[in-house]
Amino acid sequence: MLRAQSSEWAVEATDLIKDFGGTRAVDGVSLGVPVGSIYGLLGPNGAGKTTTLRILLGIIDPSSGVRRVLGHDRPLDAAQEIGYLPEERGLYPAMHCRDAIAFMGALRGLSLAEGRRRADELLAGHGLGDWARKPIRTLSKGMAQTVQLLGTIVHRPRLLVLDEPFAGLDAINQARLEELIRREARSGVTIIFSTHVIAHAERLCERIAIIAKGKVAFEGAVDEARARLRPIVRLRTRNDDGPWRNAIPADARHEGREWIFELPESGPEPLLKALIDGAAGIETLAIERPGLHDAFVAIAGDKAAAEMVEGPPQ
Amino acid sequence: MTNLVRAAWVIGRRDFTATVFSKAFIFFLIGPLFPVLLGALFGGIGARVASQAEQPRVAVIASDTEFAKLAAARAQLGDAMGDRPVVEIFAVPPAPDESAQVRDLLASKHHSVVAVLADAFTQPHLTGAVDKDGTVAGQLGLLLSAAQAPPKPLEVTPTARSSGSVDRTRAITAQSGQMILFFLTIILAGMTLSQLIEEKSNKVIEVLAAAVPIESIFIGKLFAMLVTSLVGIAVWLTVGVVALSMFTHGGAGSIPSPAVGSAAFLILTLVYFAMNYLLLGSVFLSIGAQASTVREVQTLSMPVTVAQVLIFGFAALSVGLPDSPMAIAGAVFPLSSPLVMVARAAEKPELWPHVVAIAWQALWIGIVVYVSARLFRRTVLKSGPVKRRWWKKASA
Repeated sequence: MLRAQSSEWAVEATDLIKDFGGTRAVDGVSLGVPVGSIYGLLGPNGAGKTTTLRILLGIIDPSSGVRRVLGHDRPLDAAQEIGYLPEERGLYPAMHCRDAIAFMGALRGLSLAEGRRRADELLAGHGLGDWARKPIRTLSKGMAQTVQLLGTIVHRPRLLVLDEPFAGLDAINQARLEELIRREARSGVTIIFSTHVIAHAERLCERIAIIAKGKVAFEGAVDEARARLRPIVRLRTRNDDGPWRNAIPADARHEGREWIFELPESGPEPLLKALIDGAAGIETLAIERPGLHDAFVAIAGDKAAAEMVEGPPQ
Repeated sequence: MTNLVRAAWVIGRRDFTATVFSKAFIFFLIGPLFPVLLGALFGGIGARVASQAEQPRVAVIASDTEFAKLAAARAQLGDAMGDRPVVEIFAVPPAPDESAQVRDLLASKHHSVVAVLADAFTQPHLTGAVDKDGTVAGQLGLLLSAAQAPPKPLEVTPTARSSGSVDRTRAITAQSGQMILFFLTIILAGMTLSQLIEEKSNKVIEVLAAAVPIESIFIGKLFAMLVTSLVGIAVWLTVGVVALSMFTHGGAGSIPSPAVGSAAFLILTLVYFAMNYLLLGSVFLSIGAQASTVREVQTLSMPVTVAQVLIFGFAALSVGLPDSPMAIAGAVFPLSSPLVMVARAAEKPELWPHVVAIAWQALWIGIVVYVSARLFRRTVLKSGPVKRRWWKKASA
């Protein structure tokens, strides 16, 4: 069953299954992407992210299950309002940059003349104005990726689907892309992107789906994922032993001079009181909110987490 | 439906401009020149070598008067034989010792003769490396007969055409039409296939598939190459007509008219070419969708090409026999129908069979395009692990 309030969701999917021969690539995926949100599809390589996106876009049909995109049961009916950046970038090497962007716009219903006009604007706005009339094959990989991304937004879509958009980009271009995603989202565009880099999802997304082995292990708000874990306490004391030790859980880890443990359900105040009363001699005490990586480990397991990339902090 | 047509138009327009404005298209346009030039070059050399090798020289020991009669007879025979070689003769004045003279002539490297004819008008005697019943002896016998008793002049009344000559030229037109259709279709279907493989290898296909129905990609590609080929044909026709008007008396009008008339034949040839290409191009495109590398395409398209050659051979049997059971079977079988019908257009004047055949072929194109497009859709973007393909199993 699809969610009741369809107008709130740009994309809805229920129990999507896709079999290739004897292999099940997508196994009962259900998700909902709110209109105007940035939504991340997280999972290690081979988890089924690309196949899920292809099903949502109507490139391939599911073996079973239902999907609705921008209110259409057949995603291709909404194609003129969607922009798609595939994982494996594809451009005609002999085409000029502006023509490549205009062509991608034409595929989505834009006239060639308007597409060329917008292409010139977009290229100039992204520092590629001088390359407008040069063939794609003369561009660097990063520049070609930018051209393809501009082709994805040239027709001003309402929904932007980006499959591993950060792959192959250097740190500067990754930051630029993050900014572009935020800018598009601010203008009301719904954005779905898949990634195996947790940091991008943590910085950008409001909602995520964690996919592993074709199944959705978690679907919801990023804060919801984090809330599945209790906050982490990092404690350093002057006294190594004493009555205060009864205040910390038995499974607390001792790393160097630091004790690390989950905050007890009773909360921080009883803990603090017990430590003071027990003469711990508190040097430092930090209560940390768990990161998305910690949540990913807890939800998808160590093995899946090991295949993910945490990414550089920003 | 509108979306399908609009998308096919966008895809087709891109493919058409990318092909027509590429360097490869210039080679495509001048492609037919190579066989023509090579044919002319090797044909000319071959003819010269053949004529040199096949035109034997014979020395004739005779007086000037006698030799003049023989030379006149040879000229007459030469005219009648056309391009075929006629024995070459030259005069040698008689010497006192004829036997020695014959011996010397046969040994002489200067004259390089195959035989010597002596006593031509009294006791003709041919000595040399020739067969008794061979061409040289036979032709010299005819020359001697003609020189001794000149034949009565034959009165000839020329007519513009006869049934035999018309049938012959129309059969040639029919064969030429079939060959042009066959080779052009094979080349274009191959070009469409290479373009699809290129698109699959540079991953553009996924961008297209996400934006437009897969069927429109298929149809756009198919028709783009058809229009491209029509541009090529228009160029070749123009060049052909200009060349004919420059190098022949009467220009294009000198070509014998096919049975349905020149204009109708031209239109029918274009229609049958389009039909043949759409049938074969659809099959090739659906093959391209199965394969991901050029090698796989070659493996897969080879049986189809061989089958096409067999079909061409089958269709060729109808030339000269347009009403035979074989020709009718060829016209009914969809894959050979365009080839058989273009030959029929050259040989038979009725137009109604063409209307029926075009409708029949159009029906089959609809079926083949529909099935191929569905197959294309199912396989062109196959993702994830797939079952081992049968041709790989076979080659393992």
